[in-house]
Amino acid sequence: MNHDDRALKNPLMDYRLYVGRLLFAMVVVLLLSGGLFWRYYHLQVERHDAFVTLSDRNRVLVEPVPPPRGLIFDRNGVLLADNRPSFNLSIVVERVENLAVLLDELEKLVGITGADRDRFQKLLERRQRPYEPVPLRLNLSEREQGVLAVNEYRLEGVEVTVQLLRHYPLGAELSHVLGYVGRINDREIQQLDPVRYSGTLVVGKTGLENFYEDELLGEVGYQTVETNARGRVMRQLEREEPKPGKDLYLHLDSRLQRVAYESMGEQRGAVVAIDVASGGVLAMASTPGFDPNEFVTGISFESYNALLSSIDRPLFDRVLQGQYPPGSIVKPIYGLAALESGTITPAYRIYDPGFYQLKNYERKYRDWKKGGHGSNIYLSDAIIQSCDTFFYDVGVKMTIDVMSLYGTRFGFGHKTGLDMPSERAGIMPSRAWKREAKGLAWYPGDTVNTSIGQGFTLVTPMQMAVAAARLASRGEIRPPQLVRKNGRNPLPAGMIKASDRNWDYVHEAMQEVVHGQRGTAKVINKDLDYHIAGKTGTAQVVGIKQDEEYDRELVAERNRDHALFIAFAPVEQPQIAVSVLVENGEHGSSTAAPLARQIIDAYMALYPQSLSEEFDEPE
Amino acid sequence: MSQSDFVRRMGSGGSAIYCGPSQWRRLHVDIPLLSLLLVLATAGLFVLYSASGQNIAYVHRQLVHFGVGLLVMLMVAQIPLRLLDRWAILPYLSGVLLLIAVLFFGIGAKGAQRWLEIGGFRFQPSEILKIAVPLMLASYLGKRAVPPQFKHVFFALVFILVPLVLVGMQPDLGTAILIGAAGFFALFLAGLPRRYLVLALLLAACLLPLMWFYLLYDYQRQRILTLFNPEADRLGAGWNIIQSTIAIGSGGVEGKGWTLGTQSQLDFLPEGHTDFIIAVLAEEFGLFGVMLLMALYLLIISRCVFIGLGAQSMFGRLLAGSIALTFFVYIFVNMGMVSGILPVVGVPLPLVSYGGTSIVTLMLGFGMLMAVSTERKRSV
Repeated sequence: MNHDDRALKNPLMDYRLYVGRLLFAMVVVLLLSGGLFWRYYHLQVERHDAFVTLSDRNRVLVEPVPPPRGLIFDRNGVLLADNRPSFNLSIVVERVENLAVLLDELEKLVGITGADRDRFQKLLERRQRPYEPVPLRLNLSEREQGVLAVNEYRLEGVEVTVQLLRHYPLGAELSHVLGYVGRINDREIQQLDPVRYSGTLVVGKTGLENFYEDELLGEVGYQTVETNARGRVMRQLEREEPKPGKDLYLHLDSRLQRVAYESMGEQRGAVVAIDVASGGVLAMASTPGFDPNEFVTGISFESYNALLSSIDRPLFDRVLQGQYPPGSIVKPIYGLAALESGTITPAYRIYDPGFYQLKNYERKYRDWKKGGHGSNIYLSDAIIQSCDTFFYDVGVKMTIDVMSLYGTRFGFGHKTGLDMPSERAGIMPSRAWKREAKGLAWYPGDTVNTSIGQGFTLVTPMQMAVAAARLASRGEIRPPQLVRKNGRNPLPAGMIKASDRNWDYVHEAMQEVVHGQRGTAKVINKDLDYHIAGKTGTAQVVGIKQDEEYDRELVAERNRDHALFIAFAPVEQPQIAVSVLVENGEHGSSTAAPLARQIIDAYMALYPQSLSEEFDEPE
Repeated sequence: MSQSDFVRRMGSGGSAIYCGPSQWRRLHVDIPLLSLLLVLATAGLFVLYSASGQNIAYVHRQLVHFGVGLLVMLMVAQIPLRLLDRWAILPYLSGVLLLIAVLFFGIGAKGAQRWLEIGGFRFQPSEILKIAVPLMLASYLGKRAVPPQFKHVFFALVFILVPLVLVGMQPDLGTAILIGAAGFFALFLAGLPRRYLVLALLLAACLLPLMWFYLLYDYQRQRILTLFNPEADRLGAGWNIIQSTIAIGSGGVEGKGWTLGTQSQLDFLPEGHTDFIIAVLAEEFGLFGVMLLMALYLLIISRCVFIGLGAQSMFGRLLAGSIALTFFVYIFVNMGMVSGILPVVGVPLPLVSYGGTSIVTLMLGFGMLMAVSTERKRSV
């Protein structure tokens, strides 16, 4: 305590000042109390009648009006995701005298499953306002609506409400692309804004429906209605229309998508087609698909279990989540890397005895062709005939670091940036990656395996298509996109730098893969009136031991190799880039390449002129 | 001190209050204040019974809250005022430290972090500050010259602003207002020169727009906008206001009768048993009920002001005055927000709203007032 401060104290002055202030404060308190009184007087006396009208005789209810979800169209305006009216049986519990009795009664009339009851209970708990109708049965048939209308007089509290339900006209074909909406679950309730979702029963669960949930949802509206004392709506007072969600326009062409999906037939696999100029995804199919419409109203436990336990894994999106060894389709990329890094020149050639050995190592790394490709194998031969020995040799010479650098530039080992949820990154191995992931040093043998796309390397079919598009566009790095943005194609996000000579070299070699006499994909060049550049690949599912023959008879169907193919066309002015994966299809040449030709043929027929023009938002 | 001496002194105060039974005097209880509080609490329990949807369990628990509150009040009343003065900094410092702890370890819901949990026991440190800030300021200013000099005003402002900012960051606008008000009242009663008041007003006028854009959270801005136009947000914050004004307005002069309010009984009124309980009272007991409640509140405040006027030390005066005026801020903010003239902030209707924390805090304050009222007896 400061001595000076105390010396200044004058008790009497202090007290007078204090009393003055306190009494002044009391006057303010009384004035403010008067203000409060005036406010309550205003509400309770002057506006009493108006409020009595609102409260006592009639009750004013505010009901949320859910916005219609944004539609999804393909590039030509074909409707891919639609809203259809559905008639629901809803219950206003405040008006029901005995809920259990009513539910039993309704069960006799229209049939109610246990799942319906569960959902009803959950929605009832979630409800925020009294007198809000809670849906019990969705999608009433006309007959059921009739039954309810006839019995209406004894079903107090039951209402038939109309609600828009999502519908996917193309069903399984687009199941993985569009995804689906489903009933909001307990976990999602915690995270979603209760006001924005009031009245909305579903939320985008997977695919575009999930990724663009924010845009598709729209803004909730409301209507004010007057109800009588029993809660029945008497008339509507005012209504603020909801703002519909934004429509999405895709790069995707539903006709190409159908070709892609149907060309797979019963096979499991993935097909991706990309518009080279824009990076827009023209088609992406994963087979088998499933019917997304089942999920909209709540899929039955049995159907869901069947989907989950199927050995074909229909719910699994192979395009974005399937990670496969790329096999020989990496050869054009590593070939370009070898030329660009100066490791070899086009004049470099080897003799292929059918195997490769590292210096001071016993182990033989075998070529797929028993006995080898013989002498005078140049880089172009190695790409055209898919010679493994050549790439073993060149891979070791250019080191893993160069391969890793180019693999990464072509899109391996990281997400492509497609506007979809749950894309996987795959693996582009490097020394640093192996140290981190496995805690091991990089061995020379790892380089050998990596050089032909085996070993640790894993890519998704989408990454393969992106790599094909980058080869086609001579290095333009464009993230693939499903949804079209307004205006012209954006500039590429970056460029893979390589000399024109080297690009020409790789393009020519890839063209020979299809059009050359010894090309691994020559089966598809019959009656081609344009040029396709491609590369086949075969990805091992089970490792083959040293000196062991690959006997297809002995290998169970599910353990057979995956067949891969990447391609772009026309070679002179590339427009479309494609990747195809057929699980357990064995050879890229025989199973995957013909599918790619079907897609490209369909594309060339649909778009005889170049497609690379800008797109304006349809009016 | 002889007994006769004591009586004469009291008599000269011109008050009959001190002539209660000696038992009460020995307990340092102010009978008029206690009686008023008990009447208010009893009335509050009736309203709560109706507001909780006639759930007697709420009444039982609220009774426990009052029991604990009364016990705390009695205990605090026993503390000699000089001790309160000397150790005023302790609750203040520990309160501020706990607030800082809340920033790091606090738990909460819906984006606001307000609670600390120690050994399974949850509490809101910001509640301590509602009492600790007026205590600290009364103690600090009570020892200084009156009116306070610049540096004392400066330090006093620091004492107010530190907890104010910490509570504002949680964010808890309601508590921040109450803490700020308590501190301001202490300064004002200590004779803060008028030029400071003018300066503060000017500063506030300039800072308000800045606060609007930089300090307030979106939801806080939303609440203020809702005040001017509740219809704009009918499904969210506006719903409460619309329903509470309907409840109040439809109550009329006489009210719909106890437990007969349609708005409150049909669950139209959210938070009916906590912050919005005045709407239930207004609906069921009408303007008469509101007037009675306000009269009761004003009597309590008057009694507190009276105690403040009779206090011996500057510390006691500032403490009593600050607590009395802050009590009014509770009432004004709560009744204002429920009737739609103030934005919705979390301030309960004192001693009526359901909730243990606020009741115990309020009763603790009244305990201090009783300690002030018996100061003379000790000091002689």
